[in-house]
Parts: sequence; C-alpha cells; structure tokens
Amino acid sequence: MVTEELGTTALEEELRRLAGSVPDPELPVLTLDELGVLRGLQILGPGRVEVELTPTYTGCPAIESMSADIQRVLHEHGIPEVAVRTVLSPPWTTDAISTEGRRKLEEFGIAPPRPGGGPGPSSGPVMVELTVRCPHCGSTDTTLLSRFSSTACKALRRCESCREPFDHFKEL
Amino acid sequence: MTAALALGDDALVLAHRLGEWAGHAPVLEEEVALANIALDLLGQARVLLSMAGDEDELAYLREERAFRNVQLVEQENGDFAHTIARQLYFSTYQELLYGQLAAGESEFAPLARKAAKEVAYHRDHAEHWTLRLGDGTAQSRERMRRGLDTLWRYTGELFEPVDGLDLDRDALRRGWTDSIGSVLDRATLTVPEGPQRGAWTAGAGRQGLHTEPFGRMLAEMQHLHRSHPGATW
Repeated sequence: MVTEELGTTALEEELRRLAGSVPDPELPVLTLDELGVLRGLQILGPGRVEVELTPTYTGCPAIESMSADIQRVLHEHGIPEVAVRTVLSPPWTTDAISTEGRRKLEEFGIAPPRPGGGPGPSSGPVMVELTVRCPHCGSTDTTLLSRFSSTACKALRRCESCREPFDHFKEL
Repeated sequence: MTAALALGDDALVLAHRLGEWAGHAPVLEEEVALANIALDLLGQARVLLSMAGDEDELAYLREERAFRNVQLVEQENGDFAHTIARQLYFSTYQELLYGQLAAGESEFAPLARKAAKEVAYHRDHAEHWTLRLGDGTAQSRERMRRGLDTLWRYTGELFEPVDGLDLDRDALRRGWTDSIGSVLDRATLTVPEGPQRGAWTAGAGRQGLHTEPFGRMLAEMQHLHRSHPGATW
C-alpha cells in the first residue's frame, strides 16, 4: 500500500509540474507556476485528474485558455479525464508571482509588481505613485500615464530618462 | 437568490454601460481604462449570476422587470463627467459593500475578498478624475457638477436592504457619505442638495422597476443572443 501511495504522489507531482509549465496565454514568458495561479492537482482515479486554478482578476479572460492548455498537456500525457476547477479563495495576489517570474517580467519589458500586495479595502488612495523602476534603462524617474493598460493587471507608465513607455504589473 | 441577482445585475449592467464607451472615449488611455473596469465587473457578474442560476439565461433572456440592479447603474453614460460621477457614486459604494462582505462568512465572502481589491482601483480612478474635472477648467467643473447633481437622486437606493445580505447599512451609508464628501471637497465641489430618491422612480430597481433608458440598453445587450439562440463562436 505504501508503495502505491508513493507512486500516486510521484505521478501527481509530475503532472503538477507539467500543468505548471504551461505558459500564460497573455504573458507567454511566464509559466502558470511562476504566475502562481495553479493551486493544486489531485488524481481522482485511474486516468482522472482534477486541477485547481485561480484567476488573477475575477474577469480575466485568459482563464479559459489556461484551462484548455492544461487539459491538452495532460491529455497528451495520457490522462483522458481532466477537470479544471476555478477557485477564488484565498484571492490571488501579485505576491504569488515567483522571484523567477518577476525576473522574467522585467526582462520582457514589464516592471514587476512591488511586494506587499495591493490595495486593502477602503484604504484611501491606491498607492500606485511610489517609485517603479523602468525595465528598459533602470531609471526610477517614471510617471504613471494610466492605471489601466493593455490588460486589467497592468498600469501604463513612461520613463522620464529614456522616454520609453512601459507596462507595470500593478499590485493586487 | 435575491442577493446574488441584485449584486450580479449591478455588476452586469454597469459593465455593459462602460462597454458602450469603446470607440468613443476622449483619449485612448480612458478607452482602455473603462473597458478594463467593465471587464472586472463582468467577471464579478459571472460569478454572482452563476450563484443564482445559468449566467447566460439570466443575462440574456430575462425581461426588464426581472432585473434587480439599482437604477444608478442603468443610467445612460452622458458625457465623460457624467460617467465619472456614476463611477464615483457606485465604486465608492461597491468597495464598502465588498469590504463588509469580505469580513463576513457568507457565500459572498470569497468573491468579495477578491473583488474588493479590483474595485479599489475603480474607485481610485473615479476619484482622480473627479479631482481633475472638478478642480479643472470652468467647463469641466460645470460638467462634473451637473453629472453629480443629476445622478444624486439615484444614490439613496444603494442603502436599501437587500434580502439575504447581512449588512451594517448605517456604516455603509456613513462610510459612503464621508468618502464622497471628502472627494468633492478636495475637488472644490459641493455635495449635491436635494433628496437621494425621486418621486416614484428612484429606490425601485431592486424591486424590478427601472427607468426608461434601461429597456433600450437591454434590447441592445440581448439582441444577438435572442436573434441567434444557442449560437457559439
């Protein structure tokens, strides 16, 4: 029995690694694991797996392609039945993005979120004015252009040193 | 599931109204901002309506009288200042509402904990624009004042009881009144005078009574689904 349990765990770990290595559909430099949206994976029975996924924003449209991509990868690995369940609690925060994920974001030209999470409930002004470093030249002299950018999770900023506009993954 | 419908309809209807700005916003950044806020609200609406039944049936196949949203969110966009006034009134309310729900243990707590942070950005956006327009040019100030005045009579409904929601409504009203007062003060504007409800119209959205613009909005929102039932991409 012990060996069987160990076997299941090892397979679960392998499947979790596979699911976690799926690239984010909107930020393909990041894997779902680095983004911190993969919450769990359980083997329910032979050939049956349940995956728990949490959205970055409640309305994030990428969650559907994430589910489809996870299902495809696990199908290819011989798991015919893959159910992807969306969980909201506890809520995702930008602190769930791994150190490696932050590094990749910056390399990709997106200023990573500052640690400490996002706005608390009714906490007054949302602090998006604190220094964000330009991912192109490293200057801290940057200005907020818009709180919302190409996706809900990003704000648009401009560097006053190199004059390049850039996305900032804003704190949530 | 009155409460899930009420909150879900608020989010759905406002998402649709904000989506109407696509292609019409004054600058590109605002086009994107309003669409992103709409997307957040649509995501919240999907979770809430799914708690009450089938989200598509509820959104696309109900008649006007079956919607439980407050009348504030169904009001037409008007000019940009009018939309910002509606955003300020509603997002301030919604942030406080989700804050209370997030602190509780009801079925709404998981969504509220997540959405409260999203809505904090919506409220922040509305506040910044209220300051810029109110403390801006004579014209922007006049338009902001007009938007705030016109929508004032729809704000009383935000504090009406909702079946199935355990809220401290006094705290909600107090927090809202303080917050709006402080923003308008900083924007060199004054809090509108007059009642927070109309003769018969205001205060009835939760009972299914809506204002004239809502029927036209629903016709447009539901047209495609009703014309092509079951269609998929």
